[in-house]
Amino acid sequence: MASTDLERPARLEAELSGLDHLDVVLPPAPSRVVAVWSAVWPKLAALSIALGAWQVVVWSHWKPDYILPGPGPVLGRLWHDLVAGNLADAIATTMRRAATGYVAAVIIGTVLGVAVAQSRVLRAAVGSLITGFQTMPSVAWLPLAVVLFKLTEAAIFFVLLVGAVPSIANGVIAGIDHTPPVLLRAGRVLGARGLARYRHVVLPAALPGFLAGLKQGWAFAWRSLLAGELIVIIAHRPSLGVTLQQTRDLNDYTSMMAAMVAILIIGLALDSLVFGRLERAVLHRRGLAGSST
Amino acid sequence: MTITEPRQETPERSGRRLGISLEEVSKVYGHAGAAVGALDRVSLDVANGEFVCLVGASGCGKSTLLNLVAGLDHPTSGTIDTGGQTVALMFQEAALFPWLTVSRNVELPLQLRKVPKAQRRARVAELLEMVHLAAFAGKRPHELSGGMRQRVALARALAQDARVLLMDEPFGSLDAITRDLLHDELERVWRETGLTVLFVTHNVREAVRLGDRVVMLTSRPGRVAAEFGVGAARPRRIESPEVADLAAGILEQLRQEVRRHGEH
Repeated sequence: MASTDLERPARLEAELSGLDHLDVVLPPAPSRVVAVWSAVWPKLAALSIALGAWQVVVWSHWKPDYILPGPGPVLGRLWHDLVAGNLADAIATTMRRAATGYVAAVIIGTVLGVAVAQSRVLRAAVGSLITGFQTMPSVAWLPLAVVLFKLTEAAIFFVLLVGAVPSIANGVIAGIDHTPPVLLRAGRVLGARGLARYRHVVLPAALPGFLAGLKQGWAFAWRSLLAGELIVIIAHRPSLGVTLQQTRDLNDYTSMMAAMVAILIIGLALDSLVFGRLERAVLHRRGLAGSST
Repeated sequence: MTITEPRQETPERSGRRLGISLEEVSKVYGHAGAAVGALDRVSLDVANGEFVCLVGASGCGKSTLLNLVAGLDHPTSGTIDTGGQTVALMFQEAALFPWLTVSRNVELPLQLRKVPKAQRRARVAELLEMVHLAAFAGKRPHELSGGMRQRVALARALAQDARVLLMDEPFGSLDAITRDLLHDELERVWRETGLTVLFVTHNVREAVRLGDRVVMLTSRPGRVAAEFGVGAARPRRIESPEVADLAAGILEQLRQEVRRHGEH
């Protein structure tokens, strides 16, 4: 091909190159400090407003201090319970269950989602059932879970799975369904068949929907897990749910609220640091950033 | 009034094999009762290395025809022969994979054919150089203009090492300046590679600008209505009188065909 370089009209090359540079205008990337600060300050502002509102309610003496303690004592207690109490153990137990249960939910949900999206029969049979399960509050499964598995970890995992699997499966299905047909045709023309079709075309195309499903699945897994832990109390094994229940029974409302703050912080951190970041990275790479919240 | 120029029976450089051969190809969609004929006994021979443009109004089955030749669909009757050559297909949209960079998009067909990595890299660099996009290898499709995306799509099609290139209105949604430049670019790549090209368009001038031959189809069902050899020397310009004159004649016939459908 190099031999034809000489006869290649230089004018055409110059014109194409000129047009390309007119068409592609790349904005200068903002500095890292500015980018981090512009992402962080709204969150800091919202946090201080929430803490301020909490403090105002406490100052209004609507409830006595021992029932509704202010942010100062609660945050102090949170630190104390983490360092001196068994809150750290409780968090470790809950997070281990969350991780195990969520990984299982992702595997089951993904396999189920791909199967339903690709098979007409399965879709007709199971498709609407999955959406039905998704609308059912997972707490409603708890009594059945206790009947089936007694007061064991299996009951907690059962509730977590029925909470998270439908969201993840639906995410996969939506991702596959929303793939532009022209990309599938392009894949066929390029020779992507069998497993290669899934690896190079179908699954990457479904990734944004899949990520949305993973994020929603996590939210469902987290709340199902805590609901399960509140009811299914296993002796000598502190967890966040058990901590909430016990501190309430002992009228230790400061520790109860400290555990709540811990739950909130874990939820927020995973949502924005893990799922938020993943989603932004994927959407940005595909030029879809800004279309999602 | 018919302006049918004599068909070029033999390609100027004789002794070449056939690139694409369609014999009495028909395509009917749906079942008896509600059947819709998309193509009706279309016969068309494209010589190896020839550039043939298909024009027609809506409903002439141009896209159906390309799908059949690409093997994405099967004819109801008749035979299609591409001599076992690999066939590449380009669409009106570039249909690039948004999760891959420009160079990874071009690399994919090589990867699917299990070409070794080092060879793949070299071939991708060569192809991007050919469509003048080497500087944009690391960009994502959404960062490029429509014309640049079509050039990436062209490079990707060439990466299939196809001998036959089918193009379905590839420049239909581009602005006039970009389209003019891409005509020049496509003509150059076609000469360098010696590909057999079947190019579908609504734009009669574009067809005359690019084709060795222009084939006109009727609508509902699609039939070959007339063929026009384009005698003008290359490289042509879309605004030249020769191109404009022939295009005007073809367009007049096309309009007659469209009028026919309004009468009943």
